[in-house]
Amino acid sequence: MEQVIGNISVLAAMPIFNLGLLIDGLLVGSIFALAAYGLALVWGVMNVKNLAQGDFIMIGGYITWTLGRMGIDPLLGVPVAMVVLWGIGWVLYRTVISKVITRDLFTSLLATFGIAIVIQQGLNLAFGPDTQSAHANLPTLSFAGGLITIATTRIVGFVLAILLAIAVILFMRKSRMGQAIRATAQDSRAARVLGIDTEKVYSFTFCLNAAICGAAGALVVMVWNVQPFLGTTYSIRLFVIVTAAGFGNLPGVIAAGFGMGVFEQFGGFVLGAEFQQALIVLLLLAVLAVRQLQQRRVRQAVQ
Amino acid sequence: MLNSARFAAMLATAALAYAPISAQAQACEDLILGAALSATGIYAANGLNTQHGYEFAVKKINDAGGIQIGGKCFHLKIKYYDDESTPARAAQLVERLIDQDKVKFMLGPYGSPLTKAILPVVEKYKIPLVQGEAASRSLFTQGYKYQFGIVATSEKYLTPVIDMAAALAKKAGKDPSSVKVAMIYQDDAFSLDVRQGVIEQIKKYSMQTVIDDRMPKDLNDVTTFFTKVKALQPDVLLISGHEKGAATAARQMGEFKTAVPLIGVTHCEAAKIVSDFPKIAEGFVCPTQWDETMKASDPMFGSAAEYNKAMQAAHPEYKVVPYQTAQATAAVYVWADAFKRAQSLDPEKVRDALTKTDLPTFYGGVKFADDGSNPGKEIVMRQIQGGKYLVVSPADVAVAPLIYPRDANY
Amino acid sequence: MSRTSLHPLTMGLLLLVGIAAPLLFPAYTNQVAVLWLMIVFASTWDILGGQMGYNSLGNIFFFGAGMYTSAVVQIGLFYDVGMYTSGARTTHIVFTTTQYFAGFALGTITGGVAAALLAVATSWIVFGLRGPYFAIGTLGVAVAGAELMASWEWVGAAAGISMPVFPGAPDTQKLFFYFLLFGLAFVVLVFLRWLYATNFGLAINAIRDDEEKAEAMGLHTRRYKRTAWTIAAFFLGIAGAIFGNMTGFIEPRDIAFPTTTFNIFMILMVLLGGKGTFWGPVVGAVVFHVIKEVTWTYFLGWQFIALGLLIVIIVVYFQQGIVGWLMEKYPERFGIHIAPKGKEEPASAIGLAPHPEGAK
Repeated sequence: MEQVIGNISVLAAMPIFNLGLLIDGLLVGSIFALAAYGLALVWGVMNVKNLAQGDFIMIGGYITWTLGRMGIDPLLGVPVAMVVLWGIGWVLYRTVISKVITRDLFTSLLATFGIAIVIQQGLNLAFGPDTQSAHANLPTLSFAGGLITIATTRIVGFVLAILLAIAVILFMRKSRMGQAIRATAQDSRAARVLGIDTEKVYSFTFCLNAAICGAAGALVVMVWNVQPFLGTTYSIRLFVIVTAAGFGNLPGVIAAGFGMGVFEQFGGFVLGAEFQQALIVLLLLAVLAVRQLQQRRVRQAVQ
Repeated sequence: MLNSARFAAMLATAALAYAPISAQAQACEDLILGAALSATGIYAANGLNTQHGYEFAVKKINDAGGIQIGGKCFHLKIKYYDDESTPARAAQLVERLIDQDKVKFMLGPYGSPLTKAILPVVEKYKIPLVQGEAASRSLFTQGYKYQFGIVATSEKYLTPVIDMAAALAKKAGKDPSSVKVAMIYQDDAFSLDVRQGVIEQIKKYSMQTVIDDRMPKDLNDVTTFFTKVKALQPDVLLISGHEKGAATAARQMGEFKTAVPLIGVTHCEAAKIVSDFPKIAEGFVCPTQWDETMKASDPMFGSAAEYNKAMQAAHPEYKVVPYQTAQATAAVYVWADAFKRAQSLDPEKVRDALTKTDLPTFYGGVKFADDGSNPGKEIVMRQIQGGKYLVVSPADVAVAPLIYPRDANY
Repeated sequence: MSRTSLHPLTMGLLLLVGIAAPLLFPAYTNQVAVLWLMIVFASTWDILGGQMGYNSLGNIFFFGAGMYTSAVVQIGLFYDVGMYTSGARTTHIVFTTTQYFAGFALGTITGGVAAALLAVATSWIVFGLRGPYFAIGTLGVAVAGAELMASWEWVGAAAGISMPVFPGAPDTQKLFFYFLLFGLAFVVLVFLRWLYATNFGLAINAIRDDEEKAEAMGLHTRRYKRTAWTIAAFFLGIAGAIFGNMTGFIEPRDIAFPTTTFNIFMILMVLLGGKGTFWGPVVGAVVFHVIKEVTWTYFLGWQFIALGLLIVIIVVYFQQGIVGWLMEKYPERFGIHIAPKGKEEPASAIGLAPHPEGAK
């Protein structure tokens, strides 16, 4: 308790640190937002809840790390990871996902959970259980007399995440495929009637999501580090973000991604890093409880 | 390339684990030791290091003629199960080793959480256990009678850093109570024990704790901690979070240009921070149970340096031999010694012999206290200087002076 | 209800197997004891997942809650809990025989009751949720439980608690915990047999088949859902209390709230055996546990690959489960054989058809 009060008083006495935490939170949040966007896309379009999302990110990270060990700049890992993950996404779509789209909601959760376990252990067998990180060898910038430091890697990650998100959003708006995806999300039967190959749309959406995760993973290994079993933590975070925003609400998902980044930073600073994890989960429960209250009001109105 | 090599190595070790130890064993009977070790999960890397140490000792002891008990010759052999890095599984498998495989003598798993889980089982069956991989002090306060641990307990890991800080403050003409300490620990039995030891030491000097954070074991972001460090400017920084904690902290310390003059970090070697973060890691003070420059030796494995050389010959992948491997070898050696003195295969008699162990080894002397710990074992502190680990404390084994303040160079 | 619906013959056979097993195969007592635990897991999960159509990912929460409650009661009756769990403690604490058994009995009952109370409390959050939100919400409850226990120093935080040591010989201890777990599993099965034959069974089946219609027909769906969740929680709480003492050391993430092992196993066993059938969870638990015990240790790191693939295959290709498959394939034998005789018995009491698939 004393520590919590002490931490708050530090923030009050030195407001510059609020800015530091805010910047850190936004930089971190950009990566969450990117991966959460992919999750929301698959969720909204195909009604598949991908519990292996975090593990896709880990694969992307390990691809980039492997390239880094071969002397290739980790920044180049972003496109490579996207391509490889696209391929992995396609294989998984063919073998598993295509068979669970029409099934009930719980089936996709469990099936992707099974995939997640296979990926985790596969990464462990292939790369060993050690924590790994890739280095872009970029300097750290200092502001305000060294009180605020920002690693250039994080800025690069931020910019890349934003650019990718913009590219995906533009793609969804402008391209023929993007329109087909949106049409399928709105009403898949109507889309089929109108001649859209929904099977192709599903396959494309899932691969696109996998590729987005690949890019996010490449950024994660540059900014933090990867470990075969860390994927679940990311999956939980992403689910919280998407659930909080409501999966149909893509701009909301991106906003919630940034919000989560900032929330974690301040929560971790004030309460201590040990509560960072618990805070995310409690936030999820709080969001669900609020949803309950809203629903209850709606229901009473109907009755 | 790398993947397939890893796969091959995994399979090779797997085969090794289940193949009979040596062909020339006809004249001797097998003496089975049991061990649940992590081949999967978060402790798999150190599980493998431990297994290398066990196997190295078994081969060496068997090649030297095995163990003579009552005129009969015995060869050591270890039966392994994979505990999947989960405590409940370890406990079940140890029970299986005792109940179904009729193993009467146990070696430890890797790590305090798993050891903590199997202790109630070995105690229940009165099966003696010699372990070299679990340092948590709480293992020795439950009154267990069949556990013998050869390592220095975890509360000693970072206390020397506090002593250093106190000495430095005195030298600078300041009172040790003016020293500000910031620390972060992973929340597991081992790291929390490290914290306990440090807190007691801080009290002794009445220093001030300005940050006392913990990190969950599946978190790879401690930026909030380093933001606090920047705000509160402590004189000493302590980090204990296994290899993931050390690697994460080193990376983010660089991003925050943390300028603390004295930094103590556990698991530096396992985290490979010297090769991954050479500039940032410069000047870290890292505790170790064993170092090849230590002046310790025994007739079986020779000196620490000789063990180091033989181990590297057997496993060329080790650039630095992990102390986990040395501990594992020493644990098997303690068993061999106890069998020889007991001249019996009765668990009770061997246990009694273990309590009277007084054995010099390449890893340091082993002499058990009543609680089963090895209080004579000291932690050695090494500082990373110019990319090398040099022993700086305790004074009688130090090869270099402590560089203070550390040469931060981001 | 009527005695026939309890199947005295089958239950008697089960009783016989349960009692004979440790006498015939003493070396495997512990593994069979864990099998009974698995049956408790699977059967209680099926109350919601199979009979009511609510797929929970968080049932393990009650297992852990019961485990921690019993630990706190057992220790707290005689000592200060914070002192007992403290890392700084250097004294050794022994519980006398009376202390142990008094604490154990009280702890186990409190564990069950506390879990049931927590179920009532959490039902408020989770039961307005439908479909995947329910699954994620319940998973959230379980993870929150683990994380909070892992940061709460009074109960040992992530370092866990070494439980009081059983005052008796190893063989006595083994049989003691074996019969407790077997007894629990047996009581659970008899109780569920009876429960599914009552109107309550009908009501939760109605919720599964069409919740809106059930509500429109005047069923207090929330009340039924809460009761079903509480029943599962009560038994899981007791199971947690017993298992914590059997293991001797408890710890939040891997023993008390193992969200990725036991928690998933229970769902997998139900799916494997047949969701929404009475014997499905039992068959699934037996098949899963036996395969796991026999093969697991020889997979050498590949066991989780196998587990993941098994989940995918069952979920995608074999969701009706063993019993469901038998009922489809041989309706004249299995459909009728396990159905109670007499026309007045509701067909739903024996869960004639597994949960119909298809997006809701």
